[in-house]
Amino acid sequence: MTATITVSGLTRRYRHHLALDDVGLTVDGPSITGLVGRNGAGKTTLLRIVAAQELPTAGRVLVFGASPIENDAVLRRMVFVREDQTFPDIKVRDALKAASWFHPHWCGELAETLIGEFDLPTDRAIKRLSRGMRSALSIVIGLAARAEVTLFDEPYAGLDAVARRLFYDRLLAEYAEHPRTVLLSTHLIDEVAGLLERVVMIDRGRVVLDAAADDIRGEWTTVSGPSAAVEQLVAGRPTRGRRRIASQESVIVAGALDDIDHLRARELHLRVEPLSLQQVVVQASNPAAEEPNDRTHA
Amino acid sequence: MLDDATPLFTQIAQRLAEEIADGALAEGERVPSTNELAAYYRINPATAAKGLGVLTDDGLLEKRRGIGMFVAPGARGRLLDERRRRFTERYVQPLVAEAGRLGIDPDELVALIRQASHTPGGITL
Repeated sequence: MTATITVSGLTRRYRHHLALDDVGLTVDGPSITGLVGRNGAGKTTLLRIVAAQELPTAGRVLVFGASPIENDAVLRRMVFVREDQTFPDIKVRDALKAASWFHPHWCGELAETLIGEFDLPTDRAIKRLSRGMRSALSIVIGLAARAEVTLFDEPYAGLDAVARRLFYDRLLAEYAEHPRTVLLSTHLIDEVAGLLERVVMIDRGRVVLDAAADDIRGEWTTVSGPSAAVEQLVAGRPTRGRRRIASQESVIVAGALDDIDHLRARELHLRVEPLSLQQVVVQASNPAAEEPNDRTHA
Repeated sequence: MLDDATPLFTQIAQRLAEEIADGALAEGERVPSTNELAAYYRINPATAAKGLGVLTDDGLLEKRRGIGMFVAPGARGRLLDERRRRFTERYVQPLVAEAGRLGIDPDELVALIRQASHTPGGITL
């Protein structure tokens, strides 16, 4: 079986900068995958190369088993929504019409509905739209294309929280009705955490985390309270981000806590808070933070 | 609506199990579909499906082809038995252990429980 997207050994070097460093990634079948990482980590470069808008220095990308480069049959099955998409000097209505010609599964009815929901003026020139409205237009095109491979690269510039919520809800509804392969690059991880089946994190051009979202949840926990009690609970576990003030301390422990741990924490009067997906990603981007755990029982 | 501590599909399964145990979802009643759960909880449909799958594997839900998922006969009784067992494990055993440490004998403990349950605004189970 051919995977929907196969990326192997992908490297992209700009003059003095290694944007992607031997990236491998396979996405197969309908799913929503979150592509996360700090700004400049390589997320946009990766998506641009998958969408054949940029060429790699080494390695290759296959979409539906074929290279997408100058491959109209493959490109028509994809849609790529960029952050701050630029448009030619045309009206909103014309941009929608052009998109409808290009994408074979275009749903005009859905586009109309979304245009109404995002309150977009169809007879206005795109250059007269605000940044948020331009983002909304890109999102409408990205969803109405109903493309088998749908790439969103931080598509929400200038959109407020309400409009972003609308985007997530419509993406979810569309995905439920018409499953497709969605790659969503974002740094607003907690906003989309529930939508994601899989999280791929890129840091300095490399994939540093690739896991099912459900496996990540509950894997890290912050334990805080009196230092002696905290040490007693976390003894023997990998820890990170230890912080102290007076006799109090807070530390992040790896590995899920079981019922017994929770009972002990309660007996020791400790506070236990799971890390959100966003916080886990922050931890993953900082592997050097791991602390040696040679502390003895307090 | 959902927390960060446990996998989302587990939380979906737990929510539905609670509704069945409380009788909010009666035996033989249709449970929300994958897409309804996904839209309501704002989660991936695959996650919602996995949550429903947990309950199906436990025999608490049954699939009727083409119509949807329904609460299986006997589901509520089984969930309540399970809850009672967990109640003993989670509350009664630690209570008895702590009472022992404080020198409260079982008769005294029973008297304390009686007292607390007769106090207005006291323990209600």
